[in-house]
Amino acid sequence: MTAEQIIFFLTAALILISALMVVTTRNLVHAALWLIAVLFGAAVLFATLDASFLAVVQIVVYIGAIAILFIFAVMLTRRNLLDKVSQTNAGWPWAAGISVAAFAGLVFLVGQMHNAGAQKGEVSGDPLMALSTALVSPDAYVLAFEVASIMLLAALVGAVYIANRK
Amino acid sequence: MEFLTDPIKVVYDWLLELFLGWGWADWVAVLVIYLLGIVLFISAVMVLDILLVWVERKVVARFQDRLGPNRVGPFGLFQPFPDIIKLILKEDITPEGADRVVFNLAPILSLGSVLFLWAVVPLASRIYGVDLNVALLYIVAAGAIGTLSIIMAGWASNNKYALLGAYRMVANMISYEIPMVVALLIPTVLVGSMSFVAITEAQANYWFVLVSPLGALIFLVAAIAELGRSPFDLNEGESEIVSGYHIEYSGMKFGLFYAGELLHAFTFGGFIAALFFGGWHGPWAEQYPLLGAFYFVVKAMLGYWVIMWVKYTVPRIRIDHMLAFNWKFLTPLAFILLMVTAVTHRVLLDAPTWLYISGMFLSNVLLAWITVEGLRMQARRKREADVSAEPAAAD
Amino acid sequence: MENPWIYLGLFLVVGTIIPIAAIVMAAILAPRKPNPIKLSTYECGMETVGDSWVQFKAQYYVFALAFLIFDVETVFLFPWALSLNMMPLFVAVEGIIFILILLAGLYYIWQKGMLDWV
Repeated sequence: MTAEQIIFFLTAALILISALMVVTTRNLVHAALWLIAVLFGAAVLFATLDASFLAVVQIVVYIGAIAILFIFAVMLTRRNLLDKVSQTNAGWPWAAGISVAAFAGLVFLVGQMHNAGAQKGEVSGDPLMALSTALVSPDAYVLAFEVASIMLLAALVGAVYIANRK
Repeated sequence: MEFLTDPIKVVYDWLLELFLGWGWADWVAVLVIYLLGIVLFISAVMVLDILLVWVERKVVARFQDRLGPNRVGPFGLFQPFPDIIKLILKEDITPEGADRVVFNLAPILSLGSVLFLWAVVPLASRIYGVDLNVALLYIVAAGAIGTLSIIMAGWASNNKYALLGAYRMVANMISYEIPMVVALLIPTVLVGSMSFVAITEAQANYWFVLVSPLGALIFLVAAIAELGRSPFDLNEGESEIVSGYHIEYSGMKFGLFYAGELLHAFTFGGFIAALFFGGWHGPWAEQYPLLGAFYFVVKAMLGYWVIMWVKYTVPRIRIDHMLAFNWKFLTPLAFILLMVTAVTHRVLLDAPTWLYISGMFLSNVLLAWITVEGLRMQARRKREADVSAEPAAAD
Repeated sequence: MENPWIYLGLFLVVGTIIPIAAIVMAAILAPRKPNPIKLSTYECGMETVGDSWVQFKAQYYVFALAFLIFDVETVFLFPWALSLNMMPLFVAVEGIIFILILLAGLYYIWQKGMLDWV
């Protein structure tokens, strides 16, 4: 086992355990903090794959903005969410069965693939520069780049609309 | 002589030879050298941090027409050591109802997020932790961890003042992060790289403050706000919320917040130096990296001194003014500056250096002049509206 | 150094261990004599009412939302800024269109009064 694999398995374990804690903990702020651990683990995975840009963007956007937004949103709620009500409802055996079946199907499908196991994509030259030139060159993704701006504008307008209504 | 021109490589080669001579595997030797270097580097930064306690106390004393620490050692230079011993020996209180794990994690992340920043800062021409190709975004990411530590501290303390302080601080930090990141985009546009090392090296002939004085100014203002220092220190607001998010902390945990704050301010002084004031560049710095490191620390100290100067001169501003100043003035201005910089830079890219520098400088001056004129016009219109409204109110 | 993140990972670990060491050292050396008054929440001598989980103004949330949008925008702008030197002039115009669309959004929320602290 290479060092990279050891790091991968440790990170994967961190992500899985934290994800489990997100859905089982009763305290909403703790759930948000565990979610941050999950997102940090994803950043570590990007870093081990040499995707530096994605790794830092993962932290800047997800931990720096979205997680903070979650914590702010949690503080807008009332504390009675902590009350001792059951965290599951009557449908949980069905949900568990479907989840296990879907997971088994995924494992089967991944096993069928020819290139089982993740492989780093090869990019000629600096991958960061390749990404940036592809994002703005007209024969690549410039339309997506501009549409992203319009999508962000729509998100902003939508957020204002919802916030104004109450 | 080799040691003077490239000290890190000499030490690295010497250690590598030594470890390989002991029969260690290649990767173990490299890893141990990295680890030794990192421990040494962070320890040096922490020693500097201890010194900053003295600098801060001495400078604030001078600003307030006092003497400052002058009893322990020459000029009170050893004053930080009794301070630290006191902090270590103080009882550490975890208040009732606090969330213990989160409460203890917060100061660790707070100081850690500042220490992480030093991994990418170029100290001299061949002395730096690592040349990361996304260093500028890495800085923003480390800042995100710092924001998180503050909200954790405020929430875990189970104290309403702490929570209020943390909320104000986080609202402050996330708001001013936008102009700060846009100011970081300006050196990126100029160099075409996000690497700190490349940005510093690109300033061999001229400092970027000449090409983008407004960018440097916006970065300075946003940095002060990001640090939560006066005039943006409404997270502390002694008269209203006692001391903000670290009100329930005592002993060493408070010490970590304090050390983190001082080091953060100094680090931002270093960023201003590295991004806009040429970093380690100076006479003979290229050949002798240790001299370059000296220049860098001096420039960082000057940047830190400006931040302290603002802190001890300007009174605190109100939260609505602070947010309005950011969202209605600084953010639009930063984006417009970015657009102007990008176009001017692209058009003048192949022009001679003197034309490039003067063109960029003039575009900045023009934008600043238009901004000031616009503000004056707006203020005059408001004044006239007030005057014409007044007689009506008197009737 | 093929992957700078090996160095950075070590740096993050050491940078976390050093503050932990300081806290552990203080925990060993510092005295510990708790009493109920000392452990109570500090609110300037007033009796603390309720716990600190109070509902906050929604205003903070609105600013956090606006921050999120502009944060994502700046992340898109970094690749654009990197490629500027190697691409023709109209690439600069692409970035300007991108920024102008979002500045229009800023103007919209400004006019809607969402940037006013109420």
